[in-house]
Amino acid sequence: MNDLSRDPAFLRGMTRRRIGRRDALRLAGMSAAGLALAACGVQGKGVAKPTTSAQAQSAVEKYWTGKVRNGHVDFANWPYYMDPKHPELKQFTAETGITVNYREVIHEMPSWFAKIQPQLAAGQSIGYDIMVVTNGIQFGQLVKLGYLVPLDHAKLPNFTANAGARYKAEDFDPGNVYSIPWTSGMTGIAYNPKYVDTPPTSVLDLWNPKYKGKVGMMADSQEIANFGMFALGIDPGNSGQADWEKAAAKLTEQRDAGIVRKYYDQSYVDPLSRGDIWLTMAWSGDVFQKNVSDGTDLKFVIPQEGATIWTDNMMIPKSAENPVDAITLMDFFYRTDVAAHLTEYINYVTPVPGAQSVIQADVAEATGDRKKLLDAVAGSSLVFPSEDDYAKLHTYVGFTDTARQKQFENLFQAITTS
Amino acid sequence: MSSRLRAALTPYALIFPGGLWLAIFFVVPTVVMLSLSLQSGDVVSGYAFTFNWHSYVDGITTYHDQIVRSVIYGLAATLIQIVVGFPVAYWIAFRGGRRKSVYLFLLLLPFLVSFVLRTISWQFFLSDNGLLLGPLKSLGLLPQDFHILATSVAVVCGLAYNYLPFMVLPMYVALERIDPRLLEAAQDLYAGRTQTFLRVVLPLSLPGVFAGVLMTFVPATSDYVNASVLGGTSNTMIGNVIQNQFLVNQDYPVASALSFTLMALLLAGIYAYARVLGTEDVLEVAAR
Repeated sequence: MNDLSRDPAFLRGMTRRRIGRRDALRLAGMSAAGLALAACGVQGKGVAKPTTSAQAQSAVEKYWTGKVRNGHVDFANWPYYMDPKHPELKQFTAETGITVNYREVIHEMPSWFAKIQPQLAAGQSIGYDIMVVTNGIQFGQLVKLGYLVPLDHAKLPNFTANAGARYKAEDFDPGNVYSIPWTSGMTGIAYNPKYVDTPPTSVLDLWNPKYKGKVGMMADSQEIANFGMFALGIDPGNSGQADWEKAAAKLTEQRDAGIVRKYYDQSYVDPLSRGDIWLTMAWSGDVFQKNVSDGTDLKFVIPQEGATIWTDNMMIPKSAENPVDAITLMDFFYRTDVAAHLTEYINYVTPVPGAQSVIQADVAEATGDRKKLLDAVAGSSLVFPSEDDYAKLHTYVGFTDTARQKQFENLFQAITTS
Repeated sequence: MSSRLRAALTPYALIFPGGLWLAIFFVVPTVVMLSLSLQSGDVVSGYAFTFNWHSYVDGITTYHDQIVRSVIYGLAATLIQIVVGFPVAYWIAFRGGRRKSVYLFLLLLPFLVSFVLRTISWQFFLSDNGLLLGPLKSLGLLPQDFHILATSVAVVCGLAYNYLPFMVLPMYVALERIDPRLLEAAQDLYAGRTQTFLRVVLPLSLPGVFAGVLMTFVPATSDYVNASVLGGTSNTMIGNVIQNQFLVNQDYPVASALSFTLMALLLAGIYAYARVLGTEDVLEVAAR
């Protein structure tokens, strides 16, 4: 047995410099690094959108031919978008025999996109057959990259019969080629009546020096850009670079005057109820759910200049394993009874107008607190906006090319990440 | 196998597991990031390697404020940690007695809770009308619009708090190792308590302080949780910008370029620091 610890050759090897070998290693490392640097390109896969209806129809047939029902579907959604007991899904499984794995894994659009993009680019399954995506920048990227399944409307009878006309003609996906809405919601102003005596009526209340250091704004560039434009009376739908620059200047002025406390993601609700901020940009359903769950008395208003309406949409990623089961479930949510039941819990705008009469019928049957709650839902302009309400609502700025989108984001992120 | 060959291969066999680990989880990602920082394109049409140096220029010109601010916050947090942590380490090492390990455990106890949750609990504590400020305001000791959250102070204090054990533990180890006979010798040579501390304890503890600074300054400077949870409109750190560029804008080149800029800056800073106050020099000073 050779005792290594006493072997002088070994000790020398462990302790002395070996310039020659180190140099050789360094050289090899550098050339490998050089090769690797050039090999690390990130693949993009932009595809052309079908332009004629015949092309679209053939894309639908090409995808759906030979697809069969597998008896299972994986559904990725946002939190607070369904009763935690999932009564609708239990009903669906009882009626169709298709089991549903429902996961609240989407919390933010950009990071969700960043998470699934590499898998979709490689043509691998993301583990979900339905995902719910907001009509923002990432929606456009998913379409452009060809990651979405063209929907076969023959498999969507309830959607065809019950969806509101508005939800069949959305700018971001005309003709519902790739998506059908889950719900819509509004971005308006929420305030805490404990600190704000006169209810805000205008977007300009967010610029009021009276509320210095107590105003919350959103960090999302599309959300904040819209409010900057509302303050100047610009319609975001028809805006251009010059309008964006004016809006950015208006928002910078608000920040530099010390009026803005912070630029928030979804975390504005707790500071609002604690009194760290008194009024803030907010999403309609959040405030309602906070009031119901924690007994707070927060208020939400649609300012007179307008508010943003957004839509979260169900869609099937191209690599989905159970597309037939997925589209069956998507259509199930367009039954008026199912849509009504869902809306009673989540309090966001339903794309099924027929749900209102079902909820009204439920009000008649309910008693006590439940009756009061349902009555509030059935009559809420935040759940069933009137035509006048819709007239005050604007969509996000849409982008046709990525260079303009980058300009836009850089402009507004310079404000929120100072 | 001949014993000679075995002897020749053994050093490489010993380094193999660690080397493989580093190659997979450090070298490969670093090379990928370096490559990304020199690419151009966008997420839809893809990124291609074009030796695009502009990402560095763009990143630095747009975000130099945030880079400088991060370094200042990191330094401020490190200084607070030394001031707060040294007495704690000293007390545990010299006055802890038999319960030393209990005190060390107590020091680490809050850190069994998740980093983000700890920081969010500070939000509740420091809230404008919360546990700390609410009573002071109702007593009239503070003006109504006084606030700590959304200021630099909140972010720096959060950083100092979150990385404190990494400062205290190395200082504790250095102090604990000091031979009591050295202190007795100092007293025998008529050194008072102050003289003993300044001439014996402090120099011998410097390697611990040095290690503590390395372990806290680097993560504190690149942190993004504290600024996003405790900060306001003008407390954004470079970590927040990098996160935003990666996840929100999907501008991978600029994000990677900023990461490399930060890395280079920190390495240069540490190198300068080590040259000025390297451990070996400290020991020489101590031995003098």
